[in-house]
Amino acid sequence: MRLRYRKQAAAAGVAVVALTLALGACSSSSSSSAPSGGSSGSSSPAGGSTANLSGTLNGSGSSFQLSFQQAAIQAFKSVQSGMTVNYGGGGSGKGRTDLAAGTVNFAGSDSPIPDKEKANFNGKTVLYFPVVIGPITLSYNLSGVSNLKLDPTVIADIFDGKITTWNDPAIKAINSGASLPSTAIKLAVRSDSSGTTANFSNFLVEGAGSAWTLGTSSTINWPKTAQAGNGNGGVAQIVKSTPGAIGYVDYADAKASSLTFASVKNQAGSYIAPSIDSATAACQNATVKPDLTFSCIWTPGAQSYPITYQSWDLVYQSQSSTNTAAMLKAYIGYLIGDGQKLLPTLNYAPLPSNIQQQAQAQLSKIGS
Amino acid sequence: MKADPASPAGSADTLSQQRPLGDRGFQLLALASGLLVLVILVLIAVTTSQQAASWFSTEGLKIFTNNWDPATNHFGALSFIYGTALTALIAVIIAVPVSVGIALLLTQVVPYRWSRPIVYVVDLLAVVPSVVWGLWGILVFAPWIQHIYASIASGVGGIPVLGALFGPPTSGPSFFTAGIILAFMITPIVTSLSREVIATVPQIDKEGAYALGATRWEMITGAVWPHSQGGVVGAVLLGLGRAMGETIAAALVIGSASNVITTHLFVPGYNMPAVIANQFGEASGVFRSALMGLGVLLFVFTIIINVLARGIVERSARRKRGA
Repeated sequence: MRLRYRKQAAAAGVAVVALTLALGACSSSSSSSAPSGGSSGSSSPAGGSTANLSGTLNGSGSSFQLSFQQAAIQAFKSVQSGMTVNYGGGGSGKGRTDLAAGTVNFAGSDSPIPDKEKANFNGKTVLYFPVVIGPITLSYNLSGVSNLKLDPTVIADIFDGKITTWNDPAIKAINSGASLPSTAIKLAVRSDSSGTTANFSNFLVEGAGSAWTLGTSSTINWPKTAQAGNGNGGVAQIVKSTPGAIGYVDYADAKASSLTFASVKNQAGSYIAPSIDSATAACQNATVKPDLTFSCIWTPGAQSYPITYQSWDLVYQSQSSTNTAAMLKAYIGYLIGDGQKLLPTLNYAPLPSNIQQQAQAQLSKIGS
Repeated sequence: MKADPASPAGSADTLSQQRPLGDRGFQLLALASGLLVLVILVLIAVTTSQQAASWFSTEGLKIFTNNWDPATNHFGALSFIYGTALTALIAVIIAVPVSVGIALLLTQVVPYRWSRPIVYVVDLLAVVPSVVWGLWGILVFAPWIQHIYASIASGVGGIPVLGALFGPPTSGPSFFTAGIILAFMITPIVTSLSREVIATVPQIDKEGAYALGATRWEMITGAVWPHSQGGVVGAVLLGLGRAMGETIAAALVIGSASNVITTHLFVPGYNMPAVIANQFGEASGVFRSALMGLGVLLFVFTIIINVLARGIVERSARRKRGA
């Protein structure tokens, strides 16, 4: 009898010990905040591109930056082989939330921190490093029309449902050379919330003024007849497969799906096609605030493409460890320096030199 | 005092005296596990309600208006509640006759040898991941079925009730498409639960019906159905609960159109899990709180439905056992 009880006791004891270990492991990993990097790193005070740093950096946020971050992380391995950088994507909102909670070292965000979120950062200073800019195209599917021109008021009327056919007088007036069919216009929009939607609607507010009634936000109540797709790729697919469709698609995704896009009238009155150069030109003429926030939407300049948007990497000015500060300086320095060369191959636009210089000067502010 | 080796360790006189360590340890472990599940459920309810509090306090009863517009800070969720109810209802109306039919087929008609492979295939439907249903739905099913919708709509356009339900405008991604995909997803559950309940009908009742000269159908309605109706209703409610909560499949095929409350079934719409999945990424402030609040509402609805379902199944099982 003693033997039987001993076996039961041993089994129960093992189970209890296993459960305790599992709970202990869970609680210890949740109590650690942003990883503070490896202890074997040596950090040079000059922001060392030559020093060998080691450790891990974690970032999350804007999906607009995602392909750039992935390419940069790969290329950065040859610059600092001891460092591991992870970028999780997930949307600008998630990035800012993660940074406020301390679970990431840097956050990608397509817009500055909105006022209602500022309280989450507990008064700590956040530095904005612009890293990438890109145009939003108006891609369309209309056989026989390859050089469509659009101005902000017409775009606003198309996207809130006032203009319903391609041969509407308003479109014909600015496209005198083209033969526009009487096909119905089918709108392609985003089903998920997105910085692309926020910036496109922002352009309509700035450029079309009172003609645009639906406001600006990462989610818009488009007309009921609009077809919604998931992600830029989803909208691109709808445009590609629906004759008569028009939608707003990131330049990179529009090029990847070989879509035709329209030239848009800018503030100076010229019709400019979206391209890497016209995006950089737009940001060259943007008003940059002292904290390096700016908007490239509807900027002056004859060559500016008016629907250009930008994305920043946000980091805290004061870091918890010297190694993390050094790693951030190295990686962000790469993103705004040599990493910019990767952008044209990914169909994004590099920062104009005036903004790039200001960003590089701000690097030294990251301290511990 | 010594326990009889033939009696189980938990016999009354042993329990009242010194309890062996193994038994006590096991009892504690089992109690802890059960309580842990309860604690987690309560914690989920409490923390999500806390996150949703600012939506409830800012909007008050306006959460039940039909005005969801993040750009102007309006978060009235009536259309999503309507969409959830509508798609779940369509799913149940399509899935239940099919599932109960399969269950009756397998237990009453098909010889046992053939029933096992059929059960296996039906259960395979449950194995397909939700996201695969959604992708298949949006890439294959919706483009194919929108032509069928268009021809139905042009046919019934003028007819009073049918026109309001199935008339134009039509779209591939729509309430009805979401309902069909959800029906595919809940069929395995409803079938297997119904099958188990129907299989417990006493053989003697069925043979009695035959002895009185009943046809097969009369036997099913007269002997099988009275016994199993409670369990089948419970199974249907469980399927309904699942259909209400399915997220990714619904998010991909429902069409993502807010503020749509209409009788037309072939139009794009939205339901609660789909809007949470699609709009959470960039939401902040009251918008995020509103989405959490939708989660709380969904949680409450599905708990109510599941409790109801379990209650009905239990009551019919108890009645059957007692009888």
